[in-house]
Amino acid sequence: LSDVTARKGASVIVVGAGVTGLSAAWWLARSGVDVLVIDKGVVGWEASGRNGGGCTHHQSPLFAEEQRLWPMMDELLGYSTEFQPRRLRIALTDEQLETMKRGVDNTCAQGFPAEWLDAAQVREMSPLSGDNVGGAYFACGGHANPQRTVQAYAWAVRDLGGRILQNVAATGFTLAGGKVRAVETEAGHYACEQVVVAAGPQTGVLSAMLGAEVPIAPARAEMIVTEPLPLMPMGGIDGNGLYGRQTLRGNLAYGGGPHEWLPADGTGSEALKPSSPIARNIAKRLAELFPKAAHARVIRTWAGIIENTPDGRPVIDRLPSVDNATAATMSSVGFGLSPASGRAIAEIVIEGRCSFADLSTFRLSRFGNLAPGWRERKGWLPPERATPRVQAA
Amino acid sequence: MTRATEQDDALSRGFDPVSTNGKRLTPRERVELLVVGAGPAGCAAAIEAARLGLKVALVDEHPLDPALMGLEVPFHFGGRMTGAVRNRNSMTEGIVANDPTLGEAFDAGVDVRLGVAVWCLVAPRPGVSWVGQRAAGLSDGDDSWFCGFDAAILATGRRDVGVAFPGWSLPGVMGATAAYHLLRRYDALDGRTFLILGSGAEATALAGALRSAGRMVAAIVEAAHEAIDSAGCARLAASGVKILAGAMVRRALGRDGVEGASIVSLDDPQSETTIPCDTIVLATGAAPAIELFDIAGAVIVFRPEIGGHVPLVDADGRTTEPMLFGAGDCIGIRADPPDAAAAEGVRAARAAATALAAGSDATWTKPVIEAQPGEQAPSPRLLWARAARAVAEADTHVCQCEEVSLDDLLGVRPPRYLRRDQPAQRARDLASLANEGRINQDQVKRLTRAGMGLCQGRRCREQVGAALAEATGVALSAIPLPSYRAPVRPLPLAAFADESEQQEILEHWDTWFGIESQWIPFWEPLSAADEENGR
Repeated sequence: LSDVTARKGASVIVVGAGVTGLSAAWWLARSGVDVLVIDKGVVGWEASGRNGGGCTHHQSPLFAEEQRLWPMMDELLGYSTEFQPRRLRIALTDEQLETMKRGVDNTCAQGFPAEWLDAAQVREMSPLSGDNVGGAYFACGGHANPQRTVQAYAWAVRDLGGRILQNVAATGFTLAGGKVRAVETEAGHYACEQVVVAAGPQTGVLSAMLGAEVPIAPARAEMIVTEPLPLMPMGGIDGNGLYGRQTLRGNLAYGGGPHEWLPADGTGSEALKPSSPIARNIAKRLAELFPKAAHARVIRTWAGIIENTPDGRPVIDRLPSVDNATAATMSSVGFGLSPASGRAIAEIVIEGRCSFADLSTFRLSRFGNLAPGWRERKGWLPPERATPRVQAA
Repeated sequence: MTRATEQDDALSRGFDPVSTNGKRLTPRERVELLVVGAGPAGCAAAIEAARLGLKVALVDEHPLDPALMGLEVPFHFGGRMTGAVRNRNSMTEGIVANDPTLGEAFDAGVDVRLGVAVWCLVAPRPGVSWVGQRAAGLSDGDDSWFCGFDAAILATGRRDVGVAFPGWSLPGVMGATAAYHLLRRYDALDGRTFLILGSGAEATALAGALRSAGRMVAAIVEAAHEAIDSAGCARLAASGVKILAGAMVRRALGRDGVEGASIVSLDDPQSETTIPCDTIVLATGAAPAIELFDIAGAVIVFRPEIGGHVPLVDADGRTTEPMLFGAGDCIGIRADPPDAAAAEGVRAARAAATALAAGSDATWTKPVIEAQPGEQAPSPRLLWARAARAVAEADTHVCQCEEVSLDDLLGVRPPRYLRRDQPAQRARDLASLANEGRINQDQVKRLTRAGMGLCQGRRCREQVGAALAEATGVALSAIPLPSYRAPVRPLPLAAFADESEQQEILEHWDTWFGIESQWIPFWEPLSAADEENGR
């Protein structure tokens, strides 16, 4: 810790060493900016390091940049991210088929290759599969290893002279003259010219300390992983209500199903990630998706905490309440888009705007008329606070 | 809040059907007291609880599914079980015949279930509030289900700890707990001539048991300069067992299985002795089997003098989790007389009966952390880590499942199927990782894959921690406990899958959050929900 704590402060301080904050710091460091990342725990320890690893987000204005950057990331970062190209999403029912076809249309509309495969073509590409009604094949996108990628960002930040302060929680901000002057932490104050709040579920609480409301609701979701199996021709295969991938080692790592909404505070605790029975429901769907893997043993399950905005879309924007703060939440879909989101954040910090994508749908001002009680109205509440479903009268 | 405003409030609220709201765990069965593990502590607990009038189920995973034994779960069997373990019926009969207290438990009215493993414990708390009750995940190998309970006593015993040396992945290298179970509970230990690594009470007791069973013990090898159980070793030496202190196995010899061991003096690397043997038993110090305590959320403390990480308990075995108790080796391995574990079981059963009669979690008095003696130096685990480092070769895998060597571990290297030659990656090592924060074994695991394999880290968890401590000079106690994850027994998807899932889950399953506007492409305007979302 010595070299980090010896020099206090930085030109830009990023609060949150998740995949979004680390990518932003990396892009800032690439631009020659003196950057410091502060995190309450270990780099990438929360949802950034425990997600499905998908890199195919055709709904996002950052899609084109996501596609441009991922094939280069190992070289750019200097470390392996385990990135593998291509995606296949398998439908077992006609209902699943309908939602997947929309993804093919949206991908093609942006000039990226995607097509619909029939059941036999699916089985050829996905030898562990059985009966199915077809699949959406993307000759773009892909998947990477979240744990490896977050560490790659962190190391790459340091290789460029950036600093990362782990196991130190940001507790507040020193404000003066309409600007953030310092980030206050358990280990003292760190002066800065600009601050980026990319703290996942804590982004709302920290932004509130800066006088702005970033509406988010945290929730818990879980995944399971099996023992390694022989590699399929491509690893980026999911569907049947699951997201996930076959890792390069051969493990099947998949998630999906009911999330549990959490209170807005205290979301950083390992105690909120206990094992739950949902793992068995995920296992059932995984055995349906890959009937030839039904013998594979489940060796671990885990959970992560992710946040969502009211419309499920990201916020990457300057906060209106102070002159020099940027907030970023990717609304539960952050890993794959991180190469692009970090670049966008860095440009917004340096230039005030993003040069390569229209991020108007990420503006905070869209929630300008949001009335208090939005979580209650949506029912995004922990079970103990949720209304029992009204019985048909 | 008045009744009227309560109603208004409820009416203004929505409902998220794809969240856990509206779901509830419906266990297949329910017991008043669940006792896990039918060793001396668990049997005594179950019998006492039944005597006190509780409805008790006693579950024990033995006889094990032979497929699991082949995966070194839950002990390090090293392929030294005879073909007899494939006949589970006769194994069940043998286990009952070898243990009269199981018969007592049957007679006392305990619902005894053999061949049933517990792979998870759940209780309602933030993140999984929806489960609504305490329950255990059970499996017989072919199926899995939940069993609700009011209170539980864990008597899950101990587990083998691995020590890597060249050739330790050969069939014939096994753990002391595995050897003891195969010998005493299964009568199915395949091995004639044994070499034992370690010289503590565990090692000498095993040597005695092996000799009584007509096996030959060729040698005891100890890394410390003197035998730990000196009296026991002196007795063994008198009957012809070689006692080699200040030594380590340099290599297990053999092609398809152990045929001998090459022993090196740690003070004189040139010296070397070859000892013929067909089995090498690792008896350097077992670990309490704490997986289920950790998964249940009980506070775990580091107590090297009783085996390492153990749940924090009071004199009655009460943990920090309401209605969860522990007894026997799983709360601390002590050189007690044999009936001490049974006495712990009885105390836990009485405390559980009292807690159940009181009927409320609110009165649960959590045990508190007492001042602990400082870490003993040198810790035996560090001593063995040092010995392992002295004999390690480039292809000696600390983690056998994922083939991670000591160099890979300390170099924080990615696995071999990834690029490892990028200059930046080559410049990284454990020290550079440690420099960024505290040593975190789970972080090292994620990068190197050490402990990520099919045996669920059973053979490498402790020695990886010791290797990290030994290499960095960080105290073992300062390395946080690497997390345990359910299922704590590796179960096939087909057995693990919930085939009778709740209608609410079936009807309202979504891949992610079910937020429609999240997936509408950015160029299409949002419509219906705009107003709700504040636009």
